[in-house]
Amino acid sequence: MMAPLFSSKLLLVLLFGTLFGLVLGVLPGLGPTTGGALILPFTMTLDPLSAIILLTSIYCAGTYGGAITAVLINTPGTPAAAATCLDGYPLAQKGEAGRALGMATVSSTVGGIFSVIVLVFFAPILANLAYEFGQPEYFALAIFGLTMLASIGDGSPIKNLIAGAFGILISTVGKDFMTSIDRFTYGINELSVGIGFIPVVVGLFAISEMLTQSTLLDQVFKRVALKAVKLPTKDDYKKTWKTILRSSGIGSFIGVLPAEGGTVASLIGYSEAKRFSKNPEEFGKGSVEGIAGAEAANNAATGGAMVPTLALGIPGSATTAVILTGLIIHGVRPGPDLFKEQPEFLYGIFGAMLVANILFFIFGFFGAKIFARITLVPNKILWPMIFAVSVCGTYSLSQSIIDVWIMLFFGVLGFFMRRYGFSVVPVIIGLILGELVEGTLRQSIVIFDGNWLMFLTRPIALTFFILSLIALAFPLIRSKKNKKII
Amino acid sequence: MNNVRDKKRANKSLPFFFRTEFKVFFSIILVSTILLISTFSFDTVPPILNRGIQPATFPKGLLVLIIVLTSIIYYLSFKKPWKKEKNLPKPFFLTILSFVIFIIISKTLDFFLAIAVLSVFVSYYWGERRIFYLLLVSIIFPLVVFIFFEMILGLRFPPGIITNLYYY
Repeated sequence: MMAPLFSSKLLLVLLFGTLFGLVLGVLPGLGPTTGGALILPFTMTLDPLSAIILLTSIYCAGTYGGAITAVLINTPGTPAAAATCLDGYPLAQKGEAGRALGMATVSSTVGGIFSVIVLVFFAPILANLAYEFGQPEYFALAIFGLTMLASIGDGSPIKNLIAGAFGILISTVGKDFMTSIDRFTYGINELSVGIGFIPVVVGLFAISEMLTQSTLLDQVFKRVALKAVKLPTKDDYKKTWKTILRSSGIGSFIGVLPAEGGTVASLIGYSEAKRFSKNPEEFGKGSVEGIAGAEAANNAATGGAMVPTLALGIPGSATTAVILTGLIIHGVRPGPDLFKEQPEFLYGIFGAMLVANILFFIFGFFGAKIFARITLVPNKILWPMIFAVSVCGTYSLSQSIIDVWIMLFFGVLGFFMRRYGFSVVPVIIGLILGELVEGTLRQSIVIFDGNWLMFLTRPIALTFFILSLIALAFPLIRSKKNKKII
Repeated sequence: MNNVRDKKRANKSLPFFFRTEFKVFFSIILVSTILLISTFSFDTVPPILNRGIQPATFPKGLLVLIIVLTSIIYYLSFKKPWKKEKNLPKPFFLTILSFVIFIIISKTLDFFLAIAVLSVFVSYYWGERRIFYLLLVSIIFPLVVFIFFEMILGLRFPPGIITNLYYY
C-alpha cells in the first residue's frame, strides 16, 4: 500500500499538503474545502497521483487543524471543530490547554487512521456492488444522496433541499449535453460551457467568508496561552478509549453518507459521547471525553467520505466534491473500473491518507504553538491576500474573467444564504451531482421508453427510493422532538 | 436567550413585507419565476429526434420544486417566525462596493490594478493605516501571486495598462 509513496516527490507533496492543510484549518473561515479549491489550479502542474495526494492530505490535516483554534481561542478553525470548542476551550481556560490539544491530537489521529482502514476495506466492496448499477440505479443513488442532505445535514432540512435543488439547477446552465440546446445562457457565449465548479466553490466559501468577516471586525478573540502539547495521561486514556472508538465508527459511517461530513459527524460523536459518559455533567465544562468524541468523529469522517467518492463518484462532503473535481480534471474516472484498472493509484491515496494522519500528529504535537500564532495575522491583512489568490486561482482554470465575476456573484449569494440559514454545502453537492442526476434520469427514461413506473421494477433503484423517502421522513420525526424543520 | 426572544418579537411586530422570512421568500420566488418563464423560450427538439424528455423539462421541474419548498418554509414561518438579523455594518457595504470597483477596473483598465485597488480599499476600510502593510497587501503580495501564477502555471493574465508593461 505504501510502495507508491516511496518517492521523494510524493513525500514532499504529502509534507506540503499536511502543513498547508494545518494552516488552513487553523485560520477561522478558511478550511480544507476552500484551500482545496484554491490549490486545484496548481495541481495541474503535478501528475494525477501527486495532485490527489496533495488534496487528500490537505483534507486530513485541515480537518484536524480546526481543533487548535477551537481549543485556544474558542473559535472553530473549521465548522467540523465547532463541537470541540464546547469542552476544549473551558479545559484550556483551566490552564490545561496542552492537555486539551493533546487529547484532540490523539483522538483525531486515531479517528483518521480508523477511517482509512474503513476506506481500504469498504471502498472495494462498494465498488464491486456498483457493477450491478445501471443508469436507473445511479439516478436513484444520486437522489438518495441529495435527500440525505435534508435528513442529516446541518441546519434546516427544507432549506438544505432548496439549496441542493439550486446546486443541480446551476449544473443545467450551458449547452444541454444530449441535444446541445442552450439553457440559461441568455446569449452570453462564455456561459454555453456551463458554470465551473471552482468559481462557485471559491465564491460560496472564500468570498462569502470575506463578507462575513467584514461584519465581525469588532470581534475580539480571547487567546489562551499554550506552553506545550501534552500527551493524554493513563487516566485520560482509560476514560476516553471507548469514546474514541465509538466516535471513530460514527464518524466513518456519517462520512460515507453524502452530507456535511465532519461537521455532522462531530456533533453526533459529541452527543453520543455525552450520552454514554459516566460523568455527563462535566460536558461543557472541560471534559476530555467531549474533546475526544468530537475530534475522533470529525477526522473519521474524512476516510468515510472518500468511500463513495472513489467507489461511486458521489462525494461524501464538500471537500471530497473538490477532490472529485480534481480526479476528473486529471482524467481519473472514479468508480468500479478505477479499482480494477488502477489499484496502485488507489493504494497511493490510501497510503497518503494514513501518512497524513501520522504527519499531522507529529506537526500538531510539536508545532501547535507555532500554528496557533498564524491566527495573529489580522483579518485586514489576511483577507485581501486571500482575495488576490482566489481571483487568480479562479481565473487560471479556464482563463476567463467571467469566472471571476461568477465567483464574486456566488460570494455575495453565499453570504446571504448563510445569513438566512441556508447551508452552502448542499449547493456544492447538488452542483457536482447535477449532471449525474439529469443524465441518468434522461437515459433511464429512454431505456424505459418513457414509462416512469419501470423505475420501480429495478430492486436496487427501488431500495434507494425507499431509503430516500425514509431520509425525507426522518427530519419530520426528528422535528417533533427538536421542533426544527424551518 | 432573552435577546433572541426580543429579536424574534421585534421581527414578528413588523409588517409582513418587512419581515426577513417574507423578503427571503419573495426574492427566491421572484428569481425562480423569472427563470421558469425563461425556460419556455428554450429551443425544443423535434419529436422525431426527441429521446426521453425535452431539455427544458428538467430545469422546469427543479424550479417548481424550489418554488414549492420555498412556499412551505414561508408557511411554516407563520408558526415559528425567524429571528431578526442584525443590521449589516458599514464595512460590509464598502466591501461590496470594492467588488463593484474591482469589476469596473478589471473590465476597463487592468486586472492586476483591480486587485491592487480592491486590496488597499478593503484593508484600509477594515482598519489598516500602516503604509507598509497597505503596500504589502496591495502591491507586494499581488505581484508575488501574479508572478507565481505566470511562472508556475504559464498563465497569461488579461491585457491591461500594467499587465502590458510586463508582457511587452
